[in-house]
Amino acid sequence: MQYFVQLLVTGLVLGSVYAMVALGFVLIYKSSSVINFAQGELVLIGAYMALWMTVSLHIPFLISFVLTLVFAVILGFAIERLFLRPMIGEPILSVIMLTIGLSAFLKGLVIILWGTETRVFPEIFSQEPVKLGFVRISQVYIWSLVLSIIFLVIFTLFFKYTDIGIAMRATADDQTAALSMGISVKRVFAMAWAVAAVVAAVGGILLGNINGINISVAQFGLRVFPVVILGGLDSVPGAIIGGFIIGIIENLASGYLDPYFGGGVREVASFVVLVIILMIKPYGLFGLERIERV
Amino acid sequence: MYRLPCGTFNTTYKQDMALFRTKFLKFWVTMFFVFLLVFPFVANVYLLSLANIIGIAVVGALGLNILTGFAGQISLGHGAFIGVGAYTSALLVMRLHVPFWFALPAAGFFTAIVGMIFGIPSLRVKGLYLAIATLAAQVIINFVMIHWSSLTKGTSGLPVDPPRLFGLVFDTDQKYYFITMTFAVLATTFAKNLQRTRVGRAFMAVRDNDLAAEIIGINLFKYKLLAFFVSSFYAGIAGALWAHYVTIITPEHFTIAESINYLAMIIIGGIGSVLGSIFGAIFMVLLPEVLRLIADALSGVYPSIGNFFSAMREVVFGLTIILFLIYEPDGLNHRWQMIKAYWKLWPFSY
Repeated sequence: MQYFVQLLVTGLVLGSVYAMVALGFVLIYKSSSVINFAQGELVLIGAYMALWMTVSLHIPFLISFVLTLVFAVILGFAIERLFLRPMIGEPILSVIMLTIGLSAFLKGLVIILWGTETRVFPEIFSQEPVKLGFVRISQVYIWSLVLSIIFLVIFTLFFKYTDIGIAMRATADDQTAALSMGISVKRVFAMAWAVAAVVAAVGGILLGNINGINISVAQFGLRVFPVVILGGLDSVPGAIIGGFIIGIIENLASGYLDPYFGGGVREVASFVVLVIILMIKPYGLFGLERIERV
Repeated sequence: MYRLPCGTFNTTYKQDMALFRTKFLKFWVTMFFVFLLVFPFVANVYLLSLANIIGIAVVGALGLNILTGFAGQISLGHGAFIGVGAYTSALLVMRLHVPFWFALPAAGFFTAIVGMIFGIPSLRVKGLYLAIATLAAQVIINFVMIHWSSLTKGTSGLPVDPPRLFGLVFDTDQKYYFITMTFAVLATTFAKNLQRTRVGRAFMAVRDNDLAAEIIGINLFKYKLLAFFVSSFYAGIAGALWAHYVTIITPEHFTIAESINYLAMIIIGGIGSVLGSIFGAIFMVLLPEVLRLIADALSGVYPSIGNFFSAMREVVFGLTIILFLIYEPDGLNHRWQMIKAYWKLWPFSY
């Protein structure tokens, strides 16, 4: 029982990171119908950026955290302007391949800049685990859960009440109608990439604090697919709920099944879930079902 | 646009549908075959090994182009299907002692059936969702390869014997060249012919608009699965050829990176074009080799460049895809047609 709860809690924490990364993914898809295979690399760059500033430049963690977010905004704008804008109106496959190319490019850059060995953040949170009932949770887990919930709330409010957030939702709903209402669709796309880069960076920093970062963090870009399919590709609450569900499923599956398969169940379990969802409910829990006409 | 040279008039449908519509083309294709035959006797081992890898890549790229280029179904699992072919053939030969020449088609058929099973979601979902479904196929198949180690020997690798025929062992690059080139030529001919049959045209109708295709009487269920079948058959053949060429196979070779590599081949070569698949395969095989040459040349000046080589390769690979998509979205094949048209129309290019 204790083992189960422990798995559940760590799954929840992992899920909160998934939710963050998936949120960025869904945002880009929702506003510009671009599926972003480079999301994992955005996570990676955010994490390394913060690490580099805290460790090499000795900037206090909070300031480097904010600076990383600023950098992520610039990166998001730059990617959209340089690579995605020429692709408006191109077929899906080309856009998919472009983001795949982008992910290879960014990953290579990260290796050149920071190498491949695992690096850990300096201890920012106290190592003393907190006892909650009969489970012991390390503080970094609690912090990452709290932080991601804060960010998720901020973004939910952002979409509901700010002008830009409403413009983004309008663009997602109907590009032509949004254009005719005077919304700059290009700016919305750029914003979507900036926000995606920001949430990815936050996810990366949390992940780096939990178990260090190395190049394999980029896998998060692929691991997030089951999350968004489960939640529905174009649903923000779906991404958040899907993130928590997949995080828990992965942890339970790897906790109970790894001994039988010799490890590695974590990666495959969520993809098995993905196939099942695609078979029975392809548009996910909250996704919008598209009706096609010839 | 395809331009015929001046003075060529087709008066029958047969002429119009012919593979070689001019004597000029026939001549150069014949010359190319002569070159292919002479090549193994004049080239060195390095060039021959490149030729073998290219030949195998051509078969794989054609398979993906049939699925993605002809039938419009995006697949991110081609690398895994190639792996299925490689393991099927290797296990048939090594465990059941089936001769290579039976194991190869068997690998093709088995992979085709596996591909068809993973193609079933294509009936309900398409576009992005299908891409993600095939990504799941990639992850699951790769997991099975690594963890069913009693069968596949997992990450430690499965040794494979080179093929034999009447006492002749195809164990050198020069000997194996004849196998790969035979299959590459067969695969190309089949794909070229597929384009002008009912099946090929049905694929293209499905690609252009599957609902419209269904309304004019194309059975979507049949043709989508058939596209997965043919494409995976190619993948299986490519995998089997690869397994017996490298003589040891590990699951690391059949990851998502391999699938992406094949997608890059057809993007760079030209989607939906047989010639483009060949161009793409050649380009993607030669790209890392050229990079290695440059790195070697520069290592005298910057000794640390060797450490960055794999990262540099990633960067160049990514940039190549991005630049091609932005500046040459129709691929090398399109450029080739433009060059041909330029020469045909010169000096009046309009």
